[in-house]
Amino acid sequence: MSAVDAIPGESTTPPAAAALREADLWRRPRRTPLTWARSGGLTTLLLILPMLLVFGAFSWYPIVQTVIMSLQSTNLVDPPTWVGLDNFRTVLEDPLLPKAIENTAYFAGLALLFGYPIPLAAAVLMSELRRFRGVYATLVYLPVVIPPVVAVLLWKTFYDGSSAGAFNTVLGWVGLGPYPWLQSASTAMPSLVLEATWANAGATVIIYLAALTSVNSELYEAASVDGASLWRKVWHITLPQLRGVLLVTMILQIIATAQVFLEPYLFTSGGPNNSTLTVLLLIYNYAFANSLGGDYGSAAALSLMLAAFLAVFSLVYLRLTRSWSTE
Amino acid sequence: MKSTHRAATVAVVVTSLLAACVAGASAKSSSSQATVTISVASLIPGSTPAAVKEFENQVAQFEKANPSIKVKPVEYQWTGPTFAAKLAAKTLPTVFEVPFTDARTLGERGQLADLTREIKALPYFSKLNPAVLAEATTARGKIVALPKGAYAQALHYNRKLFTQAGLDPSKPPTTWAQIRAYAKQIAERTGKAGYLQMGKADNTAGWILTTVTYSLGGRMQSGSGTSARATLDNPQTATALNLIKTMRWTDNSMGSNFDYGWSDINQAFAAGNVGMYISGSDVYTNLVQASNIDPGIYGVTTIPLAKSKTAGVLGGGTLVAVRPDANSAAKAAAVKWIDFYYVRKLVTKSQAIRNAKSLVANKQPVGVPALPLFNKKQYDLANTWIKPYINVPTAQMAPFTSRIFGQKLIPEPAVATQSVYHSLDTVVQAVLTDRNANIAQLLQQANTTAQDLMRRST
Repeated sequence: MSAVDAIPGESTTPPAAAALREADLWRRPRRTPLTWARSGGLTTLLLILPMLLVFGAFSWYPIVQTVIMSLQSTNLVDPPTWVGLDNFRTVLEDPLLPKAIENTAYFAGLALLFGYPIPLAAAVLMSELRRFRGVYATLVYLPVVIPPVVAVLLWKTFYDGSSAGAFNTVLGWVGLGPYPWLQSASTAMPSLVLEATWANAGATVIIYLAALTSVNSELYEAASVDGASLWRKVWHITLPQLRGVLLVTMILQIIATAQVFLEPYLFTSGGPNNSTLTVLLLIYNYAFANSLGGDYGSAAALSLMLAAFLAVFSLVYLRLTRSWSTE
Repeated sequence: MKSTHRAATVAVVVTSLLAACVAGASAKSSSSQATVTISVASLIPGSTPAAVKEFENQVAQFEKANPSIKVKPVEYQWTGPTFAAKLAAKTLPTVFEVPFTDARTLGERGQLADLTREIKALPYFSKLNPAVLAEATTARGKIVALPKGAYAQALHYNRKLFTQAGLDPSKPPTTWAQIRAYAKQIAERTGKAGYLQMGKADNTAGWILTTVTYSLGGRMQSGSGTSARATLDNPQTATALNLIKTMRWTDNSMGSNFDYGWSDINQAFAAGNVGMYISGSDVYTNLVQASNIDPGIYGVTTIPLAKSKTAGVLGGGTLVAVRPDANSAAKAAAVKWIDFYYVRKLVTKSQAIRNAKSLVANKQPVGVPALPLFNKKQYDLANTWIKPYINVPTAQMAPFTSRIFGQKLIPEPAVATQSVYHSLDTVVQAVLTDRNANIAQLLQQANTTAQDLMRRST
């Protein structure tokens, strides 16, 4: 009787039903490759095959190639030569690297300070509205729909430093400015963060709006009975209830801002005097800039170092916040 | 359930097989043995339809004369990033243009085809200006490109803004002090930037700063090859930087935006927002093709040179190269095309006239100031052939064309040129955006960076 393996997932049965089970075996065969194929495993495989191929070709294979390339030197025409850890050494000795890291941290920090609370505040305010919530949600999401390059080029003209520039004109009506925006090392990075926040906040607002609907309204009612103001309700009910979502969006934002490339590249090409040079832009310059270009090895090496740093950072972050995010 | 699964499996398999067949059938069939197909860079993206039509006329002429060669025009403008990506993907056009400064580096790195044999076989090879040919030759004597045009840096000015500011457009500035004064006047009376200098961190800022330094008598490098030394911190560069510092912060005659690169400064100029700026003497073509400039506002003169033996004007130019993996049939066809489209019109009267005629018919500029590819005699001769077709305002260009041949032409820094310019980019940006920029310190840092990059490239 018990010489037969139990079918996975089935609990052990009392001896009386064992005989019935024996009969079952004739109708429900053991799982072998043939039964797997017959029961639809082949179809499943064929259906996910395209996804595997696409991911393999465009995600996993390039990652493997990057690792290999970081240990080589190549001119893209002749076969590459192996140079061991030379590329990593070159990158670490580059005087621009500390500047790039500092700028990236500055961008990420500013984005966290200003860009992170804004979508939450907007979502909370919008969820308080009785009417037109949909209109506001649409308006807030519109900037996300605009192609990023178009948005940046638009803002570049808005950021014109003369008093005839779009922003300077509007600010001039209330007696402010004209500001140099992208033309000064001190205001260039904040200008980039401003545009990045405008372009990306909408997506997070929608996520928060959805998460807010999961907060039990009885909690708010109880708080109202106790005489809590909106601010206290937000601080004591909304934020703790949204803890999980907030922690996830925070790590996602940190990872995304650590890889910022579009804004520095299109707005300032590294900014007045390297003040908006980020790590990704440095990688780009290693590979493609000023016909010294072709240091693809260093570009690959720095990419790997950034990826490793973000991976370690994420692990540490998830570890530390594990206790906070569970109820 | 089972039959549904079976049906689904069959459907998926059949669909994928069909897709594979279609993909295979639509793959380009290789060219027949007789014809060679080459793709050639035609015009820069964004060119006017008239310019595109003119190019297609030339292709038709060439194909008629060479029935075994098929030419496929491709819009491609050489830039570092797109070149690298296309090289890796093997999608470079067979023939494309490369600036002087990059061709030698690329050739030495093996990223351009070796054309020594084909070019030496050209009938006018021995007549090429040796200084110009040197720009296409690597340190080991490999010729990797054919020069198609040489130019000198020039000072372009807006005649209309000059008039509005109370200046005489036929008397452009002849000293740097005058440039400063005129810029101030234009800014005060018209509100536009009186003088603008490229400030983008894509090497153009360093390129123009080098131009100004040369005009004051300085040099960015001394020595050559592996013993070359960076001299970015020479006194003339400091003078040039102090000059733009004054114009920017004291006179406020440089406007409020300082991150212009080669194409956007052309756009700004054509739009009438710039009084004077420095760029290659050949930009009029781009001003017409890409920015539709009103010819009446255009004026050009030579850059004022200091009274010093070493003062001179920076020269530059463009070469035409072939992708490194072209086979010998493609290389031969490519050089034939380069000869026909780029060089013939400078050495053969009938071709010069035919070319000029079709350019005029498509409202393209004929007679833009350039430097001789061969020698001045040939250059003057070629100009007499096309004289009836010249449609650029030559009178407005006279201040340049009458004086340029009296100026000493200096080639760009030979070692790691673009890296030298890149090191200077940040210095220019700092001076233009930070009132308290320490010029001496910035130049010293730039010099160290440049020296390191030069050492690594040799």
